Amino acid sequence: MTDRQAMSHLLRRVTFGPTAAEVDAAVRAGSAGTLAAALEPAAPAPPIDLGPDPLGALPRDASRDRRVKAREAAQAQVAELSRWWLRQLASAGGGAAEKLTFFWHGHWATSVRKVRSAGLMLRQQQTFRRYGAGDTGPFVRAMLRDPALIIWLDGQRNTAAAPNENLARELMELFTLGVGRYTENDVKAGARALTGWQVDRATATARLRPARHDTTPATLLGATRSWDADSYADLLVRHPAHAPFLAERLWVRYGCGTAASAATTARLVAAFGPGRDSTALLRALATDPEFPATAGQLVKQPVEWLIGALRQLGVDTGALAEKQQTRLLATLSALGQAPLRPPSVGGWPAGVAWLTTSSTRARLAGAQALATLAPAAVQSLAEAARPDRLDALARLLVVDAWSDRSAAALTSLATQPQRLLALGLATPEYAVH
Amino acid sequence: MDLVTRRKFLIGSGVTGALAIAAGGTAVGLHDILATAGDRDPDARTLVLVTLYGGNDGLNTVIPYADPAYAAARPHLAYPAEQVLRLDDEFALNPAMTGLHRLFGAGGLAIVHGVGYPRPDHSHFRSMDIWQTADPVRPGTTGWLGRWLDGAGGDPRLAVSFEPTLPPLLAGATSAGATVPGGQVTLAKIATPRLLETLGTPAVGESAARARAATCFADLIRIQDLMTDVAAETEDDDTAATATGGAAPPLDTQLALVAKCVEAGAATRVYSVSLGGFDLHADERTAQESQLAKLDRPLAAFIERMRGKGVVVAVYSEFGRRVRANASDGTDHGTASCMFLAGDGIRGGMHGEPPSLTNLDNGDLKHTTDFRDVYATLLADVLDADPARVLNGWPGHLKLS
Repeated sequence: MTDRQAMSHLLRRVTFGPTAAEVDAAVRAGSAGTLAAALEPAAPAPPIDLGPDPLGALPRDASRDRRVKAREAAQAQVAELSRWWLRQLASAGGGAAEKLTFFWHGHWATSVRKVRSAGLMLRQQQTFRRYGAGDTGPFVRAMLRDPALIIWLDGQRNTAAAPNENLARELMELFTLGVGRYTENDVKAGARALTGWQVDRATATARLRPARHDTTPATLLGATRSWDADSYADLLVRHPAHAPFLAERLWVRYGCGTAASAATTARLVAAFGPGRDSTALLRALATDPEFPATAGQLVKQPVEWLIGALRQLGVDTGALAEKQQTRLLATLSALGQAPLRPPSVGGWPAGVAWLTTSSTRARLAGAQALATLAPAAVQSLAEAARPDRLDALARLLVVDAWSDRSAAALTSLATQPQRLLALGLATPEYAVH
Repeated sequence: MDLVTRRKFLIGSGVTGALAIAAGGTAVGLHDILATAGDRDPDARTLVLVTLYGGNDGLNTVIPYADPAYAAARPHLAYPAEQVLRLDDEFALNPAMTGLHRLFGAGGLAIVHGVGYPRPDHSHFRSMDIWQTADPVRPGTTGWLGRWLDGAGGDPRLAVSFEPTLPPLLAGATSAGATVPGGQVTLAKIATPRLLETLGTPAVGESAARARAATCFADLIRIQDLMTDVAAETEDDDTAATATGGAAPPLDTQLALVAKCVEAGAATRVYSVSLGGFDLHADERTAQESQLAKLDRPLAAFIERMRGKGVVVAVYSEFGRRVRANASDGTDHGTASCMFLAGDGIRGGMHGEPPSLTNLDNGDLKHTTDFRDVYATLLADVLDADPARVLNGWPGHLKLS
């Protein structure tokens, strides 16, 4: 692997997709400097004012007509938030911090289709931004009082009188420990620890109602005491299964769809350390001896594909008309990954599950639309001498090399730069990196 | 199987698919399926497996309305006897299931009570893996119908799904079922057949995932001219979501595609279709009725339409729900539940022993029929296969026909 290939691989995985100029700079800076810069904390996201929650402001005795209008207003806010996030993903600096935020969105997979509030989804996202790069201890504590997550997994229905297990089970199975690391009695005790949290939509907050909280001592993962959300969160992040579980989840999204070796997992767990530092884990992943061999193995998630393309093609997403932004989001839906709408609490699939005929069709159509948004990129290809255009395309899209198959297909379009660019975005080399 | 293994599972089935594609296998479109008409043994029967994702509440589906323990366990969630669709003096169907109720009355619907497995798991994902692999102890990397396909010659067109990704149950050890996109396919202008063909060839030395990405282009050529009159799938953003969805086209769309294939005499022996959204921890009644209506109407119509065509339908979910309602007027993850079977050769009526609502295992129903007994029956009676080979020597069998 040449230096350039190594830097390309690193940035393709850690960010949403580097531009050719970013790879040039990385080659000059070296891998340590490049990684350190990419993992710098993010600048705060630009504010978005969604206004009051239309459904939260609705009085109990609202007329049918008012309810319909409030639902429409709530949907308009969700559309506005989706466009805002699209712009944020495409524009934010190197993209590593936004990519990690998106990772956590898929990890604590919460869908607006049940939460029905753009404001609460935004609030959850701000929690990912605030805590996602650091210690998982305060992060899990914060998530257990996150109104969107509580609504999504019926936490506000979980009371001492009759607990609802949904949140406690998924908290252990999908968010912190992994399946099989706890018993059914732990689920029951965990549900009791989380009783009493109530969401107030009007103020977009969750608070503990002590009268509904169960303080009876219970045995949870081997420890017996009176539990609350914080002590439960602390117990989970100190559990020996927590670090390997997170290491595996990150490896699948940043490394390779096949499980990491035991040696790699051990190194990632050591880096995560007693401070439970997610950024340190990510840094260890990107510098792991087994990381280079994952090149060419990882199927891009649709969001990674689209956002990387927007960045590399130099599309100023913020300057696009609202309709064009909406169309880009529709492309993501067609590809099966609409932000704010994961298919289930298990999150989006990984690996070859993304590679179907219907996604290939959507990728071709999306690639064609993207190429029309990027006249400067098309012009740069047109300015290259015809025999050099495939190399120029590879440089633009940060593809190491074209296979003979793809080179043959691309060569047939070498005289039509816009189509050449579109086909480049659809190639297997660009879809699997 | 933990999440890690679960991912390996998905990848494993994907790699199997990619290898099969590289060997000239699973790249099929609907017209390929339809083109198999004529290859079929006229006596061969067809299995349509309906997966309900999320854990459907069996006790509010086939309702033990006459059992006082039912109403006692579910003060706000139980249906009063005057609201249910009676099947006999003990059981009734959910009010939303008028189609299947009619079918039961005509002797065309079999209900199997208390289907489950030992040491039930309450995780959606693991329990679904158990059902799909037919291995409650160590759910591995092959699905039960995938293993059937291995033994039936491995032609992917024999086992078809219209879902966007291959369900694990159709992944075999040496072969995999086909995932066929339905509806109208319009391709981008740049996608000329010649370009697709060029891109559709795996390159020497590339990863399995890249090879798979390449073969998808070849698949597109094959589906380009398929029939266009099946309604394109639509995503209804207003539909309420639950945390355990499923990303398939609407069930009626999937069943319409199955009907089309069966009526065209396709060689396919197994179809997998699915419906998600049954994970109702809160305010269950209205939401479940809405889900069951989405099952009942298309399914009853499909069974009617398929009469005399050798089709058998089986409906299952990864688990039922707790007997006792929770405080949110919903139910938490449970264990054993009912299955529906219908179609040619299936004797309608009640089968199996209804589980007790009072003699419980930690608040959950104790299963009375092992799900592998039902699988064995479907394998032997519908697919003419040796159940023991597919089910790791499982000796049970449910008498149905």
